[in-house]
Amino acid sequence: MWESFVARISAVIAALCAAWLGTSAGAATLRIDWLERQVTPPPVLSNLQAEPGDLGLAGAELGLGDITTTGKFTGQTYDLRQTVVPPQAAFLPAARAALADGARVLVVRAPAADLLALADLAQAQGALILNAAAPDVALRGVDCRVNVLHTAPSDDMRTDALAQFIVTKRWTDLALIAGTHPRDLAFADALHASLTKFGLTLRGEKTWAFDANMRRAAGAEVPLFTQGLPDHDLLLVADEPGDFARYIAYNTWLPRPLAGSEGARPVGWSGVVEQHGAAQLQNRFREAFGREMLPGDYAAWAAIAALGEAATRAKTTDPAALRAYLLSDRFRLAGFLGQPLSFRDWNGQMRQPIPIVTERAVVALAPLEGFLHATNELDTLGQDRPETRCTAFGEMK
Amino acid sequence: MIRFLLLTTLLSTPAMADEIWVTNEMDDSVSVIDTTTLEVIAIYPTGERPRGITTSRDGSLLYICASDSDAVQVMDPTSGAVLHELPSGEDPEQFVLAPDDRLLYIANEDDAITTVVDTRTRKIVTQIDVGVEPEGMAISPDGRVQVTTSETTNMAHWIDTETHEIIANTLVDPRPRYAEFSPDGAQLWVSAEIGGTVSVFEAATQSELGKISFAIKGVQPEKLQPVGIRFSPDGARVFVALGPANHIAVIDAATLQVERYILVGRRVWQMAISPDQTRLFTTNGVSGDVTVIDLKTLEPIKTIKVGRYPWGVTARKTD
Repeated sequence: MWESFVARISAVIAALCAAWLGTSAGAATLRIDWLERQVTPPPVLSNLQAEPGDLGLAGAELGLGDITTTGKFTGQTYDLRQTVVPPQAAFLPAARAALADGARVLVVRAPAADLLALADLAQAQGALILNAAAPDVALRGVDCRVNVLHTAPSDDMRTDALAQFIVTKRWTDLALIAGTHPRDLAFADALHASLTKFGLTLRGEKTWAFDANMRRAAGAEVPLFTQGLPDHDLLLVADEPGDFARYIAYNTWLPRPLAGSEGARPVGWSGVVEQHGAAQLQNRFREAFGREMLPGDYAAWAAIAALGEAATRAKTTDPAALRAYLLSDRFRLAGFLGQPLSFRDWNGQMRQPIPIVTERAVVALAPLEGFLHATNELDTLGQDRPETRCTAFGEMK
Repeated sequence: MIRFLLLTTLLSTPAMADEIWVTNEMDDSVSVIDTTTLEVIAIYPTGERPRGITTSRDGSLLYICASDSDAVQVMDPTSGAVLHELPSGEDPEQFVLAPDDRLLYIANEDDAITTVVDTRTRKIVTQIDVGVEPEGMAISPDGRVQVTTSETTNMAHWIDTETHEIIANTLVDPRPRYAEFSPDGAQLWVSAEIGGTVSVFEAATQSELGKISFAIKGVQPEKLQPVGIRFSPDGARVFVALGPANHIAVIDAATLQVERYILVGRRVWQMAISPDQTRLFTTNGVSGDVTVIDLKTLEPIKTIKVGRYPWGVTARKTD
């Protein structure tokens, strides 16, 4: 039954030029499985911007193009298979089918529960799974899995980035408005923890639980709603599905800037990132897909690019050997964010700078200057080795 | 007010001193520095987003990559007039001119192509498929081998200039930005910005002779991002620009050891040596200036303000 819902497209990339240019011709093809669980987005007040249907997959395809070109010169070939599970279909049977068909290296765009169910399958032991979407803090902590690495930044990496920015700006008085969606709560939790970590405190906090149509009522409701907050330098908002926060800006009782899910947003990627050669990646993406590259696309691109880099350098297609190379200090990925990306060997999270962006520009790039770390300043963002609650990576520590 | 005007210093003295030409990537202009007075003597408008810049051997023509105009502009250095444009393929970033001044090899960053243009007929001779985001461009002193580095494929592609075929591909560390042959043609040096290293190859065999890493006290290793490379005229020393580390590394070419680091402006990109071989000029992108280094003492002696985001630089002999 579920099979009829599953779109299965196989794109076999031929070893066209491997022989005549190859330095290691004859290397085995690396099969990569794109496994996506589509989710019906929660209803939001504005219906202007829909999530692109190819979010994530577009980034994976761009990455595949990049590593395939590289492979022409090294003799390495790649085979990207796609399994896309629609919202109403069951995820696990599709995941089992992909594994039974031979999937050993997977890039997954799915919620945490599905990702964990996949990682815990008997057939998935020894496979290499790259999480290119789920931001849950627990996946990098108590719920970490030895066979899962993460290219998507966790919520706390993003909120740590924002907290560093707030400290740098010397904004001491903060207020928060949080929605009630589970993603809002998770982001607000991460914000709380980051503010504590960087010595900041909230002066006031309110929950957004309106059911009026803010497209019509924001001008009347938001000033009253925000009037009750104590004075603040910056108003934080936790509205991860993008429901209400867009109607807060310029309607607040006090004229204050916004940050968090709206205003100055800490993100894994954005169409406004242009430094460090990023303009080239943006150009290639826009040309191929006719839209801006989003954080979900970047995480998928980084997963594919990381696999290509590891296969090229370690000259292997074996999942265990790829994993070992990705987690080693030899691995360095050029990710257009100004410094090399690598993976934390205590929880499998990819180290990455976090841009703080508005609609039109990058405001700051975290880690910000002055936030020092003994080994790598990127480790000031998210869960560092000493405080990790992940035990699955015990062999590394 | 000085933009696009010849300054009085140039008008009042005969144009005999040698010159350093700098592309200002975010000002769509070039700044001209007098190597004797160390003053900016002229600023000329260019196409959009100028980056790579080079001169013909006799100094009579300047070639400028106007990246966002998708053209290579040919400029008369005595007047700043753009004489004509060469077809360049899309988004030309860096290029290298053959020793006989005839063929220009251009990296087309967005298209994974090296375009070969005949400067006399002003026609594209051929286009060569290379890796993703080609950038660094070098040519051997005898003109027989052209090397294109590709930033995202992380390779040096060795191209036979007779057949315009790739004869070898060598893997380097992530994001190779620049390649340069030693003056005797025996070695090729390639910088890897994100890898933080410079690889040294024996040109004849394309085999790696060594790899150089950098360390500056108080600077995070991730900030040590080698970009531009320049050999001293005698080939004994190699200067490597370290980008956001704001330093130039001075390397002993024989031992491949770093001798010292010289502090320059912010985000140092490329370098040129004055025709009299006494001074090194560095473009500092973020601080918008050029640092002048005395090659005898290896000390910086002056900082010269130029336009916004200086990137490419070349020396021109005027007599």
